[in-house]
Amino acid sequence: MKKVLFAGIAIALMAATQAPLRLVIKGSDTVLPLSQKEAESFMKANKGSAVTVVGGGSGVGISALMDGTTDIAMSSRKLKLDEKMKLQESGKNVKEVIIAYDALAVIVNPGNKIKQLTREQIENIFTGKYTNWKQVGGDDMQIIAYSRETSSGTYEFFKEHVMKKKNYSPKVLNMPATGAIIQSVGQTKGAIGYVGLAYLEKEVTALKVSYDGKTFTEPNMTNAKNKSYPVVRPLYYYYATKSESKVKPFVDYILSTEGQGIVEKVGYVPVK
Amino acid sequence: MRLWFRKVGEAFLLGMIRASGAVSSLVVILIVVFLFKEGIGIVGETTVEEGFVLTVHRDNPVNDLTPIQVKDIFDQKITHWAEVGGKQDTIILLHLEDLASYYTEEQIGANLEGIPKCLQHFIDSVPQTLAFVPGNQLPHGYTGKIVHTPPVTAAGFLADREWFPTAQPSAQLGVMPLILGTLLVSLFAILFALPLGLATAIYMAEVADERIRRWLKPVIELLAGIPSVVYGFFGLVVVVPWVQELFGLPVGETALSGAIVLAIMALPTIITVSEDALRNTPRAMKEASLALGASHWQTIRRVTIPYSSSGITAGAILGIGRAIGETMAVLMVTGNAAVMPSGILEPVRTIPATIAAELGEAPFGGLHFKALFALGCILFILTLIINLLVESVSSKNKIRTR
Repeated sequence: MKKVLFAGIAIALMAATQAPLRLVIKGSDTVLPLSQKEAESFMKANKGSAVTVVGGGSGVGISALMDGTTDIAMSSRKLKLDEKMKLQESGKNVKEVIIAYDALAVIVNPGNKIKQLTREQIENIFTGKYTNWKQVGGDDMQIIAYSRETSSGTYEFFKEHVMKKKNYSPKVLNMPATGAIIQSVGQTKGAIGYVGLAYLEKEVTALKVSYDGKTFTEPNMTNAKNKSYPVVRPLYYYYATKSESKVKPFVDYILSTEGQGIVEKVGYVPVK
Repeated sequence: MRLWFRKVGEAFLLGMIRASGAVSSLVVILIVVFLFKEGIGIVGETTVEEGFVLTVHRDNPVNDLTPIQVKDIFDQKITHWAEVGGKQDTIILLHLEDLASYYTEEQIGANLEGIPKCLQHFIDSVPQTLAFVPGNQLPHGYTGKIVHTPPVTAAGFLADREWFPTAQPSAQLGVMPLILGTLLVSLFAILFALPLGLATAIYMAEVADERIRRWLKPVIELLAGIPSVVYGFFGLVVVVPWVQELFGLPVGETALSGAIVLAIMALPTIITVSEDALRNTPRAMKEASLALGASHWQTIRRVTIPYSSSGITAGAILGIGRAIGETMAVLMVTGNAAVMPSGILEPVRTIPATIAAELGEAPFGGLHFKALFALGCILFILTLIINLLVESVSSKNKIRTR
């Protein structure tokens, strides 16, 4: 009887000292679906913990981290230099964790005979230098380039990584959602666009891409995992060094085998 | 005693009504003031990203660059200083990040404290540089020259033809293509919706029998309750391919597709409001007309429509308002290319679509943010002008019919 009572007290004490985890995660809409799935299964595994996930964009998350209104900032890009400086001014040290990778696929209409392009060719298409498919060896057909809206992290990544920071042509059509890009590219003959690997569908053809002009790689999970496919970006979590002990259980969960399994299920590329 | 109570109660109710009137007018005024306060702030702003400067070697003869020149230089469309009034040198671009590839980590320093020194060194040793760097990273006693860009003017804002608010290092703020895009789409939307809506309203008010009307009216009113993103997706999946095929276009996301979707969306408003107005025609007037030997159609044309013209106008105004201000559906079907529209079969971008798509990521209080509010002001003025116009036309009509 005494033993039972003792055990009971011990359990009660442990419960009292281990306050339930309350986390706020804010930022990139690209990382949002992944974080939500991870949070759901994390909360199922750790009863009593509450993880709130909010979108808004990478910039929003990072500025929230500066103000201290979020514990973790999700970001689909690395911290910019000026953001680093601002954080330094406010006296905060942040830690960076790569939780997954996202591969972007360049897609065209299935009726297009072009099956591969080099980075330069893609750049010239999106800056408006090339306007006809015959300039890259295709049929005599006008090129219709689709992009995400300026507010999307995917837009920025594509601009920096694939277009080497050059501006998009004003003639590029801006679509508000990935689904809309797939729909439009699927029904427009001369279309070209880009979407995350997770969103690829049969209505569109994904191009093989080459950065060196020699080897063309197909965008798929295997090539993204072994890093032979070039258009891949890391997805980051940023948190203040001070709150490391608080966010650790969740970050560790994502990096665990179980968490990385969810990464692949959502359609992103696991870290390991 | 009871009378006293009733009086107090009445006075209280009237007071409440007055107060709600005052509150709602105040809210409207506040919103307008807020909109214009933020929007007008765009005039006089510099287009180079806040906190950053463009700088060159002190011997470089170039003092000023227009936003377009800056953009073309950084897009490498302009590659020689001679093209912007300088020497016969190629332009070498320098971003702050680029320093990392020219200098070692030791020189830059663990806490980035070496940056100003590296910057000074680079500008001194490569005189054809155009550097785009944060102003606070320039060293004390910096010997380079800051290049200026002209501030935004109201005329330039309205008349320029390139909308590129996120372009780095210098934003391009020309709203002409957006204004024209908005007017084009709304004009055609109302051209489609007004005759169709009016015809349906007349049918429902005068021709259809009671059973059909009872069934049709709620269905049309229900249309107004569908979220606009649903209309947008319907447009993208049905209207866009249809337009593309019908006119043999390379791309189906055009002003025409937008106008068709908007026309469908404006229909319920136009139909319900005009139908109510038509049905308010006194029975005695219609019967008098019929008794004088006028046919059904003559009665509709000469009596019912003139009598209800102000209600019909109200319906049209509300319909136009819906068309001009509609956001999500247009965002999905017009393609949103910010180019000067050259016809109804080209992709266009409207003002509301621009605000909706860009406000979320624009830094609060920054140049882009203010530019979007200025767009809101322009939209407000456009709607105001149209309302006043229609209002004056309808008041003239009333005098004639009486």
